[in-house]
Amino acid sequence: MHWRHKDLLEISQLTPEEITHVFTTAARFVEVNQRPVKKVPVLKGKSVVLFFSEPSTRTKTSFDIAGKRLSADTFSLAKSGSALQKGESLNDTALTLEAMSPDAIVIRHEHSGAARFLAERLQCSIINAGDGWHAHPTQALLDGFTLYQIWGSFTGKTICILGDIAHSRVARSDVELLTMLGAKVRVCAPRTLLPPAVLTWPVEVFNDVSQGCKDVDAIICLRLQLERQQAGLLPDLREYAAIWGLAPRHVAQAACDVKIMHPGPINRGLEIASELADSHASLILDQVNAGVAVRMTLLHLYLTRSRVLA
Amino acid sequence: MAHFDLVVHNVSWQDEVYDILVKDGRIVELAQAGSSTQASRTLDGEGLVVLPSLIDAHVHLREPGQEYKEDIASGLTAAAHGGFGQVMAMANTSPVNDNASVTRFMLDKGAQAFPYGPWVRPVGALTMGLLGQELAPAGELAQAGCVAISNDGLPVTSTELFRRGMEYAADFGLKVIDHCEDPWLGHGGVMNEGAISSRLGLKGIPTVSETIQVARDILLAAYLDLPVHLAHISCRESVELIAQAKEKGVPVTAETCPHYLLWDETWVVEYNTSVRVNPPLRTRDDVLALRQAVRTGVIDILVTDHAPHAAHEKNVTFAAAPNGISGLDTALALTCELVRAGELDFMDIARLWAWNTADIFSLPTCKMGTGDPADFILVDPDLAWIATADALKSKGKNTPCLGQELSGRVMTHVLGGRVILSHQDFS
Repeated sequence: MHWRHKDLLEISQLTPEEITHVFTTAARFVEVNQRPVKKVPVLKGKSVVLFFSEPSTRTKTSFDIAGKRLSADTFSLAKSGSALQKGESLNDTALTLEAMSPDAIVIRHEHSGAARFLAERLQCSIINAGDGWHAHPTQALLDGFTLYQIWGSFTGKTICILGDIAHSRVARSDVELLTMLGAKVRVCAPRTLLPPAVLTWPVEVFNDVSQGCKDVDAIICLRLQLERQQAGLLPDLREYAAIWGLAPRHVAQAACDVKIMHPGPINRGLEIASELADSHASLILDQVNAGVAVRMTLLHLYLTRSRVLA
Repeated sequence: MAHFDLVVHNVSWQDEVYDILVKDGRIVELAQAGSSTQASRTLDGEGLVVLPSLIDAHVHLREPGQEYKEDIASGLTAAAHGGFGQVMAMANTSPVNDNASVTRFMLDKGAQAFPYGPWVRPVGALTMGLLGQELAPAGELAQAGCVAISNDGLPVTSTELFRRGMEYAADFGLKVIDHCEDPWLGHGGVMNEGAISSRLGLKGIPTVSETIQVARDILLAAYLDLPVHLAHISCRESVELIAQAKEKGVPVTAETCPHYLLWDETWVVEYNTSVRVNPPLRTRDDVLALRQAVRTGVIDILVTDHAPHAAHEKNVTFAAAPNGISGLDTALALTCELVRAGELDFMDIARLWAWNTADIFSLPTCKMGTGDPADFILVDPDLAWIATADALKSKGKNTPCLGQELSGRVMTHVLGGRVILSHQDFS
């Protein structure tokens, strides 16, 4: 498949065929990741800047490992210790980075639209590693890939996304990707944590966790940011855990082979009962593993896009 | 034969063609076209429409304090080219216009740059420093030349203080202009709350944050029987409340801006910071409600809410961008677009951009009658021009029109009988 995209900003840029191509390619990289020597030379001489202006452990490490396994040189730039902290504008930081001729910039930023902002201004590929509440396409691709490895197809599957939908870039990207692949998607949250126009989304909306989980094939649990309580969107965390946290009684309503997922980092005992995170149904660590393969795939596709790929 | 200072031949007014005869700064009469007259200067108005010089009741001229965004001279240059003879400058300067010194400074700066107009009409602060804590000296501000008072940009949260401000200003014949925005609903929001904000992951500002304050102001105006003028109305629900209030005879007037009549929230889809504005662009349904409201008179006047910013300030992510659209240069062309679309006619422009504004704020205007001040513009409503950075006279190029082709241009601007700007040849 010839990869026609310069940038990965959001899932809606991709077609179902392109997403499937990412999955089948990622499956090959899963095999590479099981070898004793996990490094392949496909991106030798390419350089990738990891520009994370928000704290991140797993996404950044995942991209770093992915780049290095493909023999690309990766460079990290964090907000603290960078010129951004000295008041440099995002535009100036971007131009400065481009002047160093990277082949791709992976960006995590607290403002929705930040990845597009770079993409409109720079020649190199921009990979969105999470922008504000807007999109986290690589997370959605790894979530989809995790399920694809088990299910093979999304037809007839129902997935419930549980938690803070309103402020979640993961939820937005997951909804786009899973519906595009033919799954039915539910969202379940207290009304204060639903986007104001959620009824315009291609999802079913639930305000009760047991009902939201009933007969579903997978549950994606979202992290609750503690500042939502301070912003007056929730009475207190104890009540959230008791009413909205995913518990065994909810999972009992789901399909018997239900899968439980979480983009991490998890708040044990808050949005998810500790025993569920560690249960056989949990795919949380499989997601991390899939993340490396998916990001290897994406770096490969975007950094070699001028070539026709097999 | 009488000798005139200025005669404009063959200009269109209310679908008829006239000669405009001007002497001593005033209209002598609109004579039948082809009248044989002697004049010091004559202009050919063939194919042009005459309109009263426009009045903008809501601009931000940024001086004193933020001259890098705009100064009074550059703002008035944009006004002159845009067809505006009077602009009401909001008080959110630095220092704030809450005392006579700042008011006089603004008037002096205007008169230095343009001794024959356009004129700055300062709007004083309602509260000291716009902080919403204590009333600013409305009497002193009125004496110094303020034509209204307002806490624009920083709405007064205390309903008690707002009431006292309305009462106190009334003693000096000053109207209070209120920027209607609940301080908590939509706090931190950057665009209209709805389907698009939900998709883009941007914090929304719901229409109810405006409407709830519109309701408060209408109830206060009715209770006190004192006037209030509602700034930059953006949504259908506000229009409905204002219509009801007017039916009951509540002394409320209201304004909206060309951008709310032409553009909707879909313009934000690519995080285009040039349309980040407060109140935000709403839905298509709101656009249609506002168009009807300006036609029927529920909304009394049009204003630009001219809010110039430096280019680098808008060259950021949507959430980091300041609110505001630069409007003086493009307002008339955008209004001509509404005329071409059949939404308004030229008499509506006269009413919405001059006569009603003059009535509300007790300002001079030209109704083309004998003895009226000769303040008018000759407009080629279909002349196309490109809104390049150079063509825009304001320092603020922050408009989605930048680089676009617009139609409708001021060919000549006359204030007090004097030609202050013309792209035409005289004879």
